Amino acid sequence: MNLKQGIADISRALAKGEYSSVELTRAYLAQIEAQNAALNAYITVAPERALAQAEAADARRAKGETGPLLGVPLAHKDIFCTRGVRTSCASRMLDNFIAPYDATVVEKLDQAGMVTLGKTNMDEFAMGSSNESSWYGPVRNPWNHEMVPGGSSGGSAAAVAASLCPAATATDTGGSIRQPAAFCGLTGIKPTYGRISRWGMIAYASSLDQAGVLTRSAEDAALLLQAMAGFDPKDSTSADLPVPDYVAALAQPLKGLRIGLPKEHFATGLDAEVEQQIRAALAVFESLGATLVEVSLPNSHLSISAYYVIAPAEASANLSRYDGVRYGYRCDKPQDLEDLYKRSRSEGFGAEVKRRIMVGTYALSAGYYDAYYIKAQKVRRLVKEDFTRAFEQVDVIMGPTTPSTAFPLGSKSKDPVTMYLEDIYTIAVNLAGLPGMSIPAGFVKGLPVGLQIVGRDFDEARLLNVAHQFQLATDWHTRTPGTQA
Amino acid sequence: MGVENLMSIAAKDIEIIAHLARLNLSEAEREEALNSITSILGLIDQMQAVDTSNVEPLAHPFEASQRLREDVVTEQDQRDELLALAPSADRGLFLVPKVIE
Repeated sequence: MNLKQGIADISRALAKGEYSSVELTRAYLAQIEAQNAALNAYITVAPERALAQAEAADARRAKGETGPLLGVPLAHKDIFCTRGVRTSCASRMLDNFIAPYDATVVEKLDQAGMVTLGKTNMDEFAMGSSNESSWYGPVRNPWNHEMVPGGSSGGSAAAVAASLCPAATATDTGGSIRQPAAFCGLTGIKPTYGRISRWGMIAYASSLDQAGVLTRSAEDAALLLQAMAGFDPKDSTSADLPVPDYVAALAQPLKGLRIGLPKEHFATGLDAEVEQQIRAALAVFESLGATLVEVSLPNSHLSISAYYVIAPAEASANLSRYDGVRYGYRCDKPQDLEDLYKRSRSEGFGAEVKRRIMVGTYALSAGYYDAYYIKAQKVRRLVKEDFTRAFEQVDVIMGPTTPSTAFPLGSKSKDPVTMYLEDIYTIAVNLAGLPGMSIPAGFVKGLPVGLQIVGRDFDEARLLNVAHQFQLATDWHTRTPGTQA
Repeated sequence: MGVENLMSIAAKDIEIIAHLARLNLSEAEREEALNSITSILGLIDQMQAVDTSNVEPLAHPFEASQRLREDVVTEQDQRDELLALAPSADRGLFLVPKVIE
């Protein structure tokens, strides 16, 4: 049994009866048992739930049922509510929280027959780019344990990269799927805003948050998205649009594809060796029949400024629900109601979460609302219009996912602004609501490099197709820690 | 307060913001917050340089408006399950310290 396989391979092996879902699930649980302590990728492992689901999947298969995800294990980022299994959002605030319901994403993948191995580590409330703000401690990068795995979906990325699961769910508000995918050598996709239900996904910044996946390949991502995407009446911003056949779209040849290269993403700040790998990947696309076109996103340098108003503002409102009254952490011996609120929140939230709540509170406070919040929303429109203009000339936009490869643990955690700049190429995509992807495109000094692919709204099928064709022509996505030189 | 004051945030502002956000900060945390929020506001203020006088704010990436649904009850009764999550509850009520003397 090869635990380094992705979903598509596992699916074929299960269909052929090479092993059962219970056998596979036991093997992953054993791998987690052996390796999780060194990586800290999982916050909660759920062996009983996993084995019950695996048994149910085997029983469904025995009755003649088939399906590409039936009996395939995965892990959920600990931001998705799972009935009966703790959902902490990597915060002390929710250390004791067991959701009374499943997120729509969890429910849909359960119905498809998937097996939940556990809940993965993350930056607290998804606020971070290094997975160092978790109440449960930092996650280590399987390629080099001294390096961060990226964040906020760092546990999901580390778990897949280390073969502690074949795929994992994740979320992306400013780059939280794409940056960890780049740092851990994985395929990661953040679909269009509204494509996948946010119901039961703990809110950080509601106009930016979107669920997605971290996988070994574009084909695996297509299989998962097929089951996850679609309208959900329980999410008020869910897109009521038909979901195309992502798997069928993979095979389309790339001849004639126009790829836009934003000149701002190949400027000062980009590591020269990363650029070399990205240019080599782009040459592969040319050899597949695509043409490269320079485009400009002139306001992209303002996207971080606008994001760090909009996201904290939405976070300060979303996180006001944690008050020590209805669920979550409550301080010891509150003196009065205000003391209860203040101490529960101060003791329950970590430093980065408190920082963003305060920035958001400030930006929304009387006298600053127009200068910060409205101004940021106007800049958001400029950022979006940049993409609209670029997509008049091209089908997809490509560039590096991050300016450099994974950085050492502790090297940026003392200075929030340095950490925020980590998302320079990814954040504008969230402001514009567009689908974005990162795929493995080489290595620099033994650490993976990610190529970002951005598409038109609701054009995930094209992104997956483009990524899949690249993966047919290259083998970067098949490398795993320990085998790459 | 106008745009000209955006760069400056004082220690007393931190206390006001912390109170509005219902957070208690120690003296060391207040100092750290003043430093880090000052540098974050420096990053944010870069957007003040761009002219947006003829630009409309964008609140939702596709400018969708809130969807309406039929006015019917869809929530299931989960009162006991939800109350079981509370740090302190009794006879169907969430308990907090006494508010009215």
